Amino acid sequence: MALLHIDNLHAAADEKPILNGISLTVNAGEVHAIMGPNGSGKSTLAQVLAGHEAYDVTAGSISFAGEDLLDMEAEERAWAGLFLAFQYPVEIPGVSNAYFLRQGYNEIRKARGLDELDPIDFYDLLEEKLKVVEWGPEIMERAVNFGFSGGEKKRNEILQMAVLEPKLAILDETDSGLDIDALRIVANGVNTLRGPEKAIIVVTHYQRLLNYIVPDFVHVIAGGRIVRSGGKELALELEEKGYEWLTSEAAVA
Amino acid sequence: MNATATMPFADLIATTQASEMTGWLADLREAGAARFAEEGIPTSRDEEWRFTPVGPLGKMTFRAPAVSAPLDRTALSPFAFGDGWPTVVLVDGRFVPELSRLDALPDGVVVTSLAEAIAAGEPAVEAHLGRTATADQTPFTALSAATFADGLFVQVSAGVVAPTPVQLISVATDAAAEAMLAPRLVVLVGANAELSLVESYVTLTEATYFTNTVAEVHLGANARLDHTRIMRESEAAWHIGFTQVDQEQDSHYREFALAMGGRLARHNVHTRHHGERVETLLYGLYLTRGEQVADTHSAIFHDQPNCNSWEVYKGVLADDSRAVFNGKVLVDRIAQKTDAKQTNRNLLLSDTARVDAKPQLEIFADDVRCTHGATIGKLNPQQRYYLKTRGIGGKKAEQLLTWAFAAEVMAEITQPAVRVGLEALVHQRLDELTS
Repeated sequence: MALLHIDNLHAAADEKPILNGISLTVNAGEVHAIMGPNGSGKSTLAQVLAGHEAYDVTAGSISFAGEDLLDMEAEERAWAGLFLAFQYPVEIPGVSNAYFLRQGYNEIRKARGLDELDPIDFYDLLEEKLKVVEWGPEIMERAVNFGFSGGEKKRNEILQMAVLEPKLAILDETDSGLDIDALRIVANGVNTLRGPEKAIIVVTHYQRLLNYIVPDFVHVIAGGRIVRSGGKELALELEEKGYEWLTSEAAVA
Repeated sequence: MNATATMPFADLIATTQASEMTGWLADLREAGAARFAEEGIPTSRDEEWRFTPVGPLGKMTFRAPAVSAPLDRTALSPFAFGDGWPTVVLVDGRFVPELSRLDALPDGVVVTSLAEAIAAGEPAVEAHLGRTATADQTPFTALSAATFADGLFVQVSAGVVAPTPVQLISVATDAAAEAMLAPRLVVLVGANAELSLVESYVTLTEATYFTNTVAEVHLGANARLDHTRIMRESEAAWHIGFTQVDQEQDSHYREFALAMGGRLARHNVHTRHHGERVETLLYGLYLTRGEQVADTHSAIFHDQPNCNSWEVYKGVLADDSRAVFNGKVLVDRIAQKTDAKQTNRNLLLSDTARVDAKPQLEIFADDVRCTHGATIGKLNPQQRYYLKTRGIGGKKAEQLLTWAFAAEVMAEITQPAVRVGLEALVHQRLDELTS
């Protein structure tokens, strides 16, 4: 059974259609890259999967781990094992990173019928997870994303992913605005979280990140549809030729 | 009853006037009574009281507090901070020495009940009482002058750093029902001296009563006062408080005011700058529910050059409650290089809560930096969504974000013991407000 199965997904924002029939199957253990030019709908797809209320699904279906994803609130999707690393992580002044992460971790455990972790046990877990993004413990006392640099915010998303251990992680333009060192740290972090039980969808405009997180499949979105799918070599082809040849093909189709 | 008894509080004023008094105190009381008779209870036509419905106070009859049942010290433990801090306890407005802690005071730190300081002929009391906060400031400062019963007197000598905070606990019990409590504070911090003060209004009763309190604070040159004001009156009670702070050059005044009790609570905090390089920092948090009204009026008189003020007030309002914020910053013609910033942020948890926010900057100098910002809003939907995607939904997200909103200003409480205690208190109240 596929972990994620998207069938003929149509979605709109303010009655303006953005996704026009996306179909995609992702199995456990796979890494899929979704690429496309600006405004193609790739970030919308990420947000629809995470449950953003600004988007209306007008047709199609999504099943996740055998359940109807569109029937679930955003937090229920997190409980079921779906995680979105935001393109623009949200600042929450007044809440420490450690407190925030523990709340999220325990809400997910509670939803799965597991015992909550107390602050001391959680701290031990956190110490392990901090290594994934090469961070010291001082980051945990800072307010969530508040005053963080662009690179720190993206690292923090990967830290959250490491702690929450999702079945499916969607990285929405996690590479945008990162310098090469931050990109390496983020990519290494993601790679340590790969596994046969887990799947990753990397949404990106550029091929650069895919040198570090090597995908099994590459899909190109244009005009709210997948216009081309292929292996990792498709990303290289896009790097060379740009998106023009595919988007014009889509217009003709 | 004679004709004057139709005037609000006439009986209480008459009782106080009849007590044995001579000299300056009699003059102070008489002038206060005359002023109050002239002004009466303010109405909504009075700009200073436009959004604060105190009218009912004029139609109610408040008596003197009844005899309080004896209290055990443990009854006060939820309200007391620190271990062995010098403490004056007022039960239903009356000083209770057995519950207070006034032994082993450090050198250079005087802490007594106000009535004792007056009886002892303490000259500093006469010099400041009714002179720092005068009867003509509001009708309620006049009423206080006419009727105040007891309170706190603190004096820190020049150059002395008080090693622990000093606290006043004014607690209401069932004996306060239908009564007026009229505490008063005189707090004097000498040149180069430092003090931390915790002023608490708390309750062991759910009765209706009225606290009318005035604090008079004087900071000498280069003195520092860290002042925490906690208002947790009965939610059926009326509370009107007035704090006047006079600051000499280079002095530093910092107040954190928590307001979460009272059916109607008003707090005025006014500071006057008497020298250069004065700093005034005002922080506050008000939490309201039901039909509570919480009103904060700050007024900073920048009368001298090179002084700074910084204000952050936040409010969380549930149900049909209301808040009023009025922040005056008055910059005199000579007060060049004034740096003043005022922030007021309000979080509405219901559609029927209401805030009237009014920044009021009057600037007569031309080389100053004065800014203000007031916001009234609901929980940020982007933050809510972000939390949901991390598995934190519904009430849990609401509680976390509401706490985050309050936490920013709670972090300004400098005394660790006070901060930890108030954080737990505020956390619990916010959970109640969001459930």
